Amino acid sequence: MSAVVDPAPAGLRARIADALWRRPGLTIFLLLTPPALWLGIVYLGSLFALLLQSFYSIDEFSGMIVREFTLKSYRELFTPANIDIIIRTVVMASLVTVAAALVGFPIAYFAARYARGRWKALFYLGVMLPLWSSYLVKIYAWKLILAKEGILGWLFETLHLSWLLEAYLSLPVLGGNSLSVSWTGTFLVFLYVWLPFMVLPTQAALERVPVSFLEASSDLGARPAQTFRHVLLPLALPGVVAGSIFTFSLTLGDYIIPQIIGTSRFFLGQAVYSYQGTAGNIPLAAAFTVVPIVIMGFYLWFAKRMGAFDAL
Amino acid sequence: MTPAVRFAGVSRHFGPVRAVDNVNMEIAEGEFFAMLGPSGSGKTTCLRLIGGFDQPTAGKIEIFGVPTAGVPPYRRHVNTVFQDYALFPHLNVRDNVAYGLMVAGRPKPERYRAAEEALEMVALPGYGLRKPSELSGGQRQRVALARALVNRPRVLLLDEPLGALDLKLREAMQEELKALQRRLGITFVFVTHDQTEALSMADRVAVFNEGRIVQVGTPQDIYYRPRVPFVARFVGSSNVLPPEVTERVAGRHVHAAVRPEALRLGAEGLAATVLSTAFHGAATRVALEAEGGLRLVALLPKGVEVPQEGACVHVTWAREDLHLMTEAGA
Repeated sequence: MSAVVDPAPAGLRARIADALWRRPGLTIFLLLTPPALWLGIVYLGSLFALLLQSFYSIDEFSGMIVREFTLKSYRELFTPANIDIIIRTVVMASLVTVAAALVGFPIAYFAARYARGRWKALFYLGVMLPLWSSYLVKIYAWKLILAKEGILGWLFETLHLSWLLEAYLSLPVLGGNSLSVSWTGTFLVFLYVWLPFMVLPTQAALERVPVSFLEASSDLGARPAQTFRHVLLPLALPGVVAGSIFTFSLTLGDYIIPQIIGTSRFFLGQAVYSYQGTAGNIPLAAAFTVVPIVIMGFYLWFAKRMGAFDAL
Repeated sequence: MTPAVRFAGVSRHFGPVRAVDNVNMEIAEGEFFAMLGPSGSGKTTCLRLIGGFDQPTAGKIEIFGVPTAGVPPYRRHVNTVFQDYALFPHLNVRDNVAYGLMVAGRPKPERYRAAEEALEMVALPGYGLRKPSELSGGQRQRVALARALVNRPRVLLLDEPLGALDLKLREAMQEELKALQRRLGITFVFVTHDQTEALSMADRVAVFNEGRIVQVGTPQDIYYRPRVPFVARFVGSSNVLPPEVTERVAGRHVHAAVRPEALRLGAEGLAATVLSTAFHGAATRVALEAEGGLRLVALLPKGVEVPQEGACVHVTWAREDLHLMTEAGA
């Protein structure tokens, strides 16, 4: 006769396995404690310390931080020059997000619906490859592309379209001396660098939409545009919103791209960087970092109200 | 009368695979038409060709006499109940049912009234505000039906709509679907791999095998007068006698079919050994092996003595129960 139950194990490892099997709660506790400590203490703790800093102020004569609660930094934050920075950054982040969604959706759709096997691998490679190389290298590469004697300028010249580029650069706000010192340049580089963060979540959401939903919509009389509007977009929206959280918040906080490519006017990240660095005004820098957090909070609240997560 | 659907030499090849191979058929208006066959036999591909989700490689499909080449699904007055129901998860039941009317630009009150009527028709009144995820499988199936019917299609396509339901629900839905079809008079084209379902519901059945239609006929035709051994085996698992055996018992060198319930065990006839017996309630199923390794199945009604496993018996049948298949083929 074969045994019905194996005898209780003697080894330590087997005994631990048995004990954990009997207490699933303990297993989850052990698995979650290290990340919870990391998130709770290291991340949230430092964030909290930062927020605390924003309620301190700086002594204008000594340059020392006065550890007394005051809203002085926030008063300073809302001076016209700083509000300009905030608006500029939010507008840029919004434009980059919208453009990333427009450019990313067809790529994600193709990958989710049509790409199979080798094409799918190629898609992942194509989307991820830019993430492998250093971010600085990519930005300087873009500087070479966008500079006055750069690749793009050469291309326009070869095609005898220099006049078009000149005409574009002479536009107010969008233009400048060359693309690499214009807001158009900043926008292009932001779009390029953050695009994968839009494509991947969108693709994951589209992947979960069965073909039969699209067929059913078409079967019921919906033209392709209606199917997109009433079925595909609502079901892909959680993915697009997830992607937009990345593109929007990454643009809000970035301080390197606008420093290398674009006009000399500040974006939020640059303001934080300069206040906590050269100016040594940690409280104002901290107050500045609160801005993207608040904006993101509003953004998520709004997205939820618009039903972006209904299909989750 | 113009047929509701007409296939003329229709083929659909996927590379070297002939999913549908030179199919010709006519489905009459108001008919309950079943396409029956094992998986991969081409029946679902035919349904998708009618719906417009796929285009034939060769041949012509007409719907009420209108050629459909190049006509997209959204311009065909044909609606489909999908195998997985394909209910939109982000819309409630009412908006799902009213979807066709919504994209057609009908005003909201009309849409909602029609949706509620359609839900009543499938015995789900008042379910409009629930989400599809809150419904059981049977309820989802009804919503899918209501959503297809609300557009008053000329032809309704049903792709194994009862496959995911449990036995009892399936039987109830079979009766309801049939009653609904009678009441509405819409042409139903029903795809299934379940022969009892096809036989009990359809006016006519097309049996598919390897991309071709092997027989079209009434359920009685298909059941009692199979034209090829495949139909005899697939529809109701008839016993198929090879030509050599038929020649000995009936004098003709052709395949022959005899239904399990027609077999009787007696003192003379084909000698066979009992392999196994299984109690099926109303009858007992006896598996037999005759000489030459020929497998037979007999269904013995209640009250008939059941032989022991391993016993040697003789199998006989009434002459009229032996159906000779004059056509060649597997």
